This record gives sequence, C-alpha cells and structure tokens, in this order.
Amino acid sequence: MRILNASGCLDALAAPEVARELDAFVTKTVTPLPREGSAPPRIAETAHGMLNAIGLANPGRDRFLAEHLPRLSQLGVPIWVSVGGFTAADYAETCAVLRSDEAAAVELNLSCPNVDEAADSAAEIVAACRRATELPLYAKLSAAHPEIAEVARAVAAAGADGLSLINTLRAVALDSRLRPLLARGSGGLSGPVLKPVALHAVSICHEATGLPIVGMGGIQSGGDALEFAACGASDVALGTVLFADPGAPARVRAELAAACEDAGVVSPDDARASAKSPETQPKVPA
Amino acid sequence: MQSLASPSRHRVTGSETLGPYTLLRLERRNLEPGVPGQFFMLEAPGRLLPRPFSLCLAPTGELGFLVDPIGPGTQALCDLRPGDEIRVLGPLGQGYRLDVARPLLVGGGIGIAPLPYLAEQLEGAAPVLLGFRSAEHAEAAALLPGAEVVIDPVLVTELIDPGFDVMACGPEPMLQAVAELCPTAQLAWEAPMACGYGACYGCVVEIDGALKRLCLEGPVLDAARLRARVEAAA
Repeated sequence: MRILNASGCLDALAAPEVARELDAFVTKTVTPLPREGSAPPRIAETAHGMLNAIGLANPGRDRFLAEHLPRLSQLGVPIWVSVGGFTAADYAETCAVLRSDEAAAVELNLSCPNVDEAADSAAEIVAACRRATELPLYAKLSAAHPEIAEVARAVAAAGADGLSLINTLRAVALDSRLRPLLARGSGGLSGPVLKPVALHAVSICHEATGLPIVGMGGIQSGGDALEFAACGASDVALGTVLFADPGAPARVRAELAAACEDAGVVSPDDARASAKSPETQPKVPA
Repeated sequence: MQSLASPSRHRVTGSETLGPYTLLRLERRNLEPGVPGQFFMLEAPGRLLPRPFSLCLAPTGELGFLVDPIGPGTQALCDLRPGDEIRVLGPLGQGYRLDVARPLLVGGGIGIAPLPYLAEQLEGAAPVLLGFRSAEHAEAAALLPGAEVVIDPVLVTELIDPGFDVMACGPEPMLQAVAELCPTAQLAWEAPMACGYGACYGCVVEIDGALKRLCLEGPVLDAARLRARVEAAA
C-alpha cells in the first residue's frame, strides 16, 4: 500500500523533506490558465473537520510545466499531476503535454467543490484524456454524487486506470453572528468527519469496478489506512492530517505495520483480499 | 529551521494570567527560539488543527507564548497546567530584520506577543510603545518594563515619531495606520493558518499585489509589500 498526499494538501517545493517521505507526490490541481484562488478567509476549523475554499489557486499549465514540474521531478519521488479544467478539452490538453519522464500518473480532479462544475460529464473527460495520454489515469470523484458507483463504472468504461476517493464535501460553517466563516461562503469539508463517508464510497466503487483505488478522507493513523484497505483501497492519501503533523507519512506507515499485526493480517493487501470474502466484507448497503 | 519531520512533544512548565491573556511556558528541549517574529504551531488540545503563535519569551530552557482565549483552541491552551504536554512545530516563517538604526517597537493588544523577545534580542536599546483597549488588557504591559502605554481611545499611532524604524505587531487597522505613517516599518501580520509550512494555502494575504501565503512570506512583512492593501483601507 502506497502512501500519497491528497492533492492540494502539501507543497513539495516548500516542504521537500515531507514530500520525500511519500511514495508519490500529488500536485495541486493544474488548470489551463493561472488562478489566484479565493479571497481570504479560506479556512476554518469545524467539529472533527475543517473547511477550505482555496479555489484551485495554481500558476496555470504553462508556468507549471516550465517552472514547477521540472523542479518537482528532481525530488526523487514519483509525481502525480492533478489536472483540472472546465471542459473535457481543458483536461485533455494538459494530459497531452505531460511527459512520462516527469509525471508518473495523472489524477483528474472531477470533483473540486470550490469551482463550478465542469460542463462535460466525468466519463467524457476521462475518455478525452485517455485519447491524449498513455500515463495512468486516476479519476478523483466526489461522494456528493448520489450514484458514485455508477460514475465509477462510467469512468472505468471510459478508460480510467484507477479511482481517487474521495474529494472534500461542500459545506458551510457560521460564526457567532451567523455569517459564513469563509469569504466564499461554502467550502470543502475534510478531516476525520469524512472517514465513514469515504470508506463507504471506496467499498461500493471497489465492488462496482475492481479498479485500483487511492482511498482518502480523514485518515489520521495507520489503523485508519488499514480500514481503507479493508474496504478495497489499494493505496491511501493523507490530507488534513499533514497540516497538524508533517511527519504523518512516516508515522502512518509505521502504524500501518502495527495495525496489520493487531488485525491479524499480513499486509494491507491481505486485508483487501480478505474483505472480498463474504464472511469478512464490511456490510455496506449499496 | 527545525526539520519538518514531526512536531515534538513539550511539557508545560508554567501558565500565568496577565489580564485577559495567559502566558504559557513550555519546556524548550530541542527547539531553537528562532528570530523574533517567527512563529510556532502549538497543538490545541482536543482540536484538529494546531494554532500559530509568535514566540514571546525565550528564557533559558523555555519557550513562552502569550495566548488570548478567543475560541475553543486558544481556550484549551489557556487551560493547560504544568506537567501537561503538547506538540510544537517551529520556528517557522520570516521574523523581524534586526539590523535597523533606530528601532521603535509598537504593539497593540495581543499583538505585543513578539515584542518581549524582540526587545531582548535588540538588547534593550529600543523604546517601546503599547496600546490596549482597557486597563485590564494593559496588565500584559508588565512583559515590557519601561514601555509607554496608552489605553483606548488614545491610539499608539498618535505617539509614533516617524523618524524611527518601526517594528510593529497588532490588529490590522493599527498596522495599516502604522504603514501609512512609516512606509519603512516592519509589520507582523496575522492570518488563520492550518499548517504553518505552506501546505494548506489557507493563510494568503495580498502581498506585492497578489495573494501569497503569509506563513512563508511573513508573518513579518515590510510595509511597502502591503501597499495595495493599505491604500485600499485608507
């Protein structure tokens, strides 16, 4: 089981020592044009979670390719590029210019809660990107979709190699004077509060597609990561936990080994395999 | 700077009230105190995210932080007792440049926090001007013996001699007024931060005309870098 970061939760150029502890680094989402992002305040703490409305702040495709990706590819960690946009062509054009000596995989951000929805469907975007690149394509989906397993099936049929589950969920928090805490109003909810939602999404998408899944959403410990494996995740990503603990990648990896021993499984892969047997599969209503 | 590998655990060695504020003392252990104006992320017991604090005092073997209990995280820090332990990461960010000819330290409210350590590093050579909104809040001025203290409605900016190299920390309207009076001032700015090391992109402030992460660029910024923001407020 590889340990990655959730897109947008680590700047590998600002904190290379943290990125080097990961099995792969996932970039902040790159859009065709530069985006300054949302006005502050952009973050707020909630009960067992946090809200963010960063708004896909990024330097845009051209500067990312010219200035950021060459430096990232020197880190010695495989780089997954998170790709965003507003049309299928936006996504595909970025995929087409990524070289396999700099990027190890592409994660398609089909689910940012802080921008308007892309006009094209997830499957249309994946199909367009599949034609544009031979790099492994991971589709990052939102658990806010009422039929996430159907979306997973559709992107699998369109050529996705894997799934990233889940993104933050759109939410709002108010101050004592009943005004939104974030300047944008709503934002994406992350942190431990998401874990049960994410486990369910991983479980039903695993059952629906059998694709490799990077599970994420509220992972704080190795025990949490093992739960994702038991629901069908092949890899995990750390998000909000990195903010409080930049040492989380090494810690979670060490705890994962101990959690396997406690659970009586040889490895996270073993836990995933055992989850497929009717006796041990989590009872998740589809 | 300390490696970002992991926050380290530090025992509380003292907790004293100063008016509405609490001076929290922690065992220093392996941490460097850093440059005045740099900050540390302190675990807020029971909360998901740590909170950023500039270093207030650096007595031998200790790190001191001034905490204003404005929410559940800061209240949890004020409730800590000697012997409790919290995780600490730092020092982080960019502090004050100390190579100034005529330093004048200006603080407002909880913004006096970085000034005791700054005054110590300047070896007591700098005059200090502090403003508070009440006599109770002004009890914190005990951290800076010899400081000139004003209480609302008198404002610190009414007493600033622009011939000085101002090093300020305080509420945003105060910093904006200082920046207008003293375009060369160094200002310690504030923003909500989830991580303190550039990961969350949450703490952006308009710096040099664009939204930039305060945890990496600051928190201490030259007033000139905030021109657009100050002009917009004026």
